[in-house]
Amino acid sequence: MSESRETGRWVKVCRVDDLGKEDVMRFDCAGKTYAIYRSPDGDYFATDGICTHEHAHLADGLVTGNIIECPMHNGRFDYRTGEAKSPPVCIDLRTHPVKIDVGTVFVSVE
Amino acid sequence: MGKVAWQAYSLQGSAAGASALTDAAIEDQVETEWFSCPVDRKELKRLFKRSDAPGLRNFGLWFVLLLGSGVTAYFAWGTIWLIPAFALYGVLYSSADQRHHELSHGTAFKSRWINEALYHLCSLMMLREGFFYRWSHSRHHTHTIIVGRDPEIQAPRPPDIWGLLVLDLFQIKSGPILLGRIFHNATGTLTTAGRHFVPETQRANIVWASRLYVGVLVGVALACFSVGSVLPAMFIILPRFYGYPLYQLLNLTQHTGLAEDVRDHRLSTRTIYMNPVLRFLYIDMNYHLEHHMFPMVPFYRLSEVHDLIKDQCPPAYPSLWAALREMVPTMLHQRRNPSWYIVRRPPGADAPQEPIGAGVFAQ
Repeated sequence: MSESRETGRWVKVCRVDDLGKEDVMRFDCAGKTYAIYRSPDGDYFATDGICTHEHAHLADGLVTGNIIECPMHNGRFDYRTGEAKSPPVCIDLRTHPVKIDVGTVFVSVE
Repeated sequence: MGKVAWQAYSLQGSAAGASALTDAAIEDQVETEWFSCPVDRKELKRLFKRSDAPGLRNFGLWFVLLLGSGVTAYFAWGTIWLIPAFALYGVLYSSADQRHHELSHGTAFKSRWINEALYHLCSLMMLREGFFYRWSHSRHHTHTIIVGRDPEIQAPRPPDIWGLLVLDLFQIKSGPILLGRIFHNATGTLTTAGRHFVPETQRANIVWASRLYVGVLVGVALACFSVGSVLPAMFIILPRFYGYPLYQLLNLTQHTGLAEDVRDHRLSTRTIYMNPVLRFLYIDMNYHLEHHMFPMVPFYRLSEVHDLIKDQCPPAYPSLWAALREMVPTMLHQRRNPSWYIVRRPPGADAPQEPIGAGVFAQ
């Protein structure tokens, strides 16, 4: 993640082993919901937790490769960039910086 | 009674799709909007996983049967055998109806290109243009049988018995509406409903696809004129009408007669046990409650979901006949009393979520 995108404070999310490869988990902080992903390569990413199409938790969806699929209407995003990949999602997701420190996953929140 | 709808079924409210929400209310709404039976996350992940093999087996068998029945029907043309031959071909052809639905969810195959190619093929076979349908169907899943929000309520109350149970067995009522939508969208301006729920950035695909559909329709008509026979249309456009009765009955049982305006699929959606032949033709959409509660689950795993949650749901209907036997009298009663509906009672529910109006209790 680019350091220049860090605008918030780092918040501890979980231990690295709490999230399996090619999976997603929900993380709530300060009244907002985030989705934390672990790619098939073991890298960690974070986006807003609610689908930009309608109000569904992405953490209830399916991670396939670098794609998160919304559980409600099967809209797909690239969770690394937040790019909306196929209808009914048309608006990109906001991504958030993630860092690993001593076996712990941190996300930069606003 | 009768011709005046008891509620305003035309689409209303925000075109954004979900119910109007303030930022502060979003979280609450997400949490409480729909009831979902608790299922272990690991188990859900397993159920969500896609594979190409089951879809290829199912669709491969379908194509073989379709081809075989088509060849048989071709050689039966001009003989008395054309009736059973084309009846079989039409039933198999119209199986594309629910196949296109499953494909619209992107769940039938792991490989997206297979899924998308077959989706648009099945959409064309059913004259249910695919780009438009995805938006319409998204709304149906967000607002299942919520009046004024769901564009796919098949039987608005009071139900049009003649239209639903007679004319639409052969899509005589709905078919022209579908065709009209294609021609309307092909002009470059979407229908009123389409403008309501399709974002402007997504409309061009619908317009161009609709023009392609018009081209196919004209092409088939020209083919019929050129050979001086309706035979070409018997293979590509008309089967969607003459082969449809079974699917009209199957589709009606999904929601008809059950509660409106409840955010619990157990009260508004049926699951029906069916024999393997019907399940194949209907691509397991008889597990309709499970499909609505977990739309990411591929068709070939819906029966597993059913086994996981059935103890938390009202009993499944034992047969298509059992569902029809409940549904048709309810539709007739709703002609006189549109507030009438069947109340489904989940196990352990002391007081079912009550929508507007009085109801009858399902046995």
